[in-house]
Amino acid sequence: MRRQIPLLLVFLLGTAIVLQEFIPLDFAKAFKEFALDWTIVIGVFAMALGIWSLTKVSMEKVRRRSENWQYSIVALAGLAAMMLFSIWSWATVGIEHALSGYMFVQFFDYVMVPIQATMFSLLAFFIASAAYRAFRARSLLASLLLVAAVIVMLRVVYMGPLSDPVNVMADWIINVPNLAAKRAILVGVGLGIVATALKVILGIERTYLGRD
Amino acid sequence: MAANNSSPNLYERMLTIDRRWIFMLLTIVVVVVYMLDLKVPVNVTEEVRTIYERIEGLNEGAVILLGMDYDPSTLAELHPMTYTLLKQCFRKKVKVLVTALHQNGPGMADQAIRESATLHYEATGDSVEYGRDLVFLGYKPYPAIVINSLGQDFHISFPLDYYNTSIDSLPLTQRINNLTQVAAIINISGTSATDYWISYGAAAYNVPLAIGVTGVMATDYYPYLQAGRIFGLMGGLKGAAEYEQLAGNVGSATAGMAMQMWAHLLIIFFIIIGNIGYFMSKMQGAKE
Repeated sequence: MRRQIPLLLVFLLGTAIVLQEFIPLDFAKAFKEFALDWTIVIGVFAMALGIWSLTKVSMEKVRRRSENWQYSIVALAGLAAMMLFSIWSWATVGIEHALSGYMFVQFFDYVMVPIQATMFSLLAFFIASAAYRAFRARSLLASLLLVAAVIVMLRVVYMGPLSDPVNVMADWIINVPNLAAKRAILVGVGLGIVATALKVILGIERTYLGRD
Repeated sequence: MAANNSSPNLYERMLTIDRRWIFMLLTIVVVVVYMLDLKVPVNVTEEVRTIYERIEGLNEGAVILLGMDYDPSTLAELHPMTYTLLKQCFRKKVKVLVTALHQNGPGMADQAIRESATLHYEATGDSVEYGRDLVFLGYKPYPAIVINSLGQDFHISFPLDYYNTSIDSLPLTQRINNLTQVAAIINISGTSATDYWISYGAAAYNVPLAIGVTGVMATDYYPYLQAGRIFGLMGGLKGAAEYEQLAGNVGSATAGMAMQMWAHLLIIFFIIIGNIGYFMSKMQGAKE
């Protein structure tokens, strides 16, 4: 019964959600709104689960003094600080200022923003190094990749009268060979999604239920 | 001969440049170009022009939905798009509904809205009134579900806005209920939320959609552009610079283009060096 009930629920709700898309009546629309409401509520529980999981894993790491355990303290301190700043603003100024309190905004603007921007900026350096090592004309295919990469990179380089032909070539690479490959991948992914959804609805794919 | 065997020749050195040299030269190039404040012309592509012209063609009072689905990591590329778009909408008196479906995005979206409104006021003397000209719905988890529900009714996902005000009490959200009532959706994104806007927002409810994405994501969305599923595409810093150019609003994207251009030239230079080293070493090996 522990497995049958979830399987039955997935089959009934999955089928109903698919069918309502083909029924242009008010009750189908109302059902969709009801289901979406429920999904959002379930989503909020998943977020709470995520916070609990992060706290548990980090505390365990600190308790066992695992490798780099000090970073877990920083993670926990950050989590607690942001929650406290928000709750403090809520309690003192009002719920409408829970996310716009002074300390909450300061930490976000001057800690979170620079950290994330720095992490992403570092990618440019790794891409430069990787491009130097990877783009070698070792074979015909590697040469084609190299030429395509250089032309697309030159797209942002202003070269006077040479810019027009380079832009035409770059646009052709993006709009013809790139599109052909992307379309093939997209169609494959789309068919894969339909197949997986059917397998879940029909109870063939059951890994989401866990092992026991 | 012994000395030749122990130390690599010039071509071998060209093949194995220490990456720290590449990092250092890239840093120098970016810093020097930044300090010299160099400018480069930006050619405007059709996919960016269509977004600008669509917004320009909207009547006063029309509503667009601006989805800001990115976090600080992609801020440099995407924030200029948001600022330029918001300023254009304020100038055209087009009403804007804003969502931020990335957990680290709402704070940035709030900042962008406030600063754009202030800049608009300083430039024109017209103030942007919250609730009448713009409503910031905020963040809710699971973008696919949220976008789907926006097509049904904004009140399902967002009974309250970002500032915890009931959206029933705001003039803009009193007169529109769902995606079918907006003139266009513009999604500026550094995440897969763009896929959801295409499938669950634009296609499901037949709303025109344009996107602004990071440079590395841009090529993924050209199939949708060619198929007409999106009416415009801004790709990375270049897309943002093109939009700034069209709007006559020279900002951080236009300034960043010179740095990007010289960084690309440096990368191409290193690729050429690597290939010369590769071929010369090969030829030398064949001779020996």
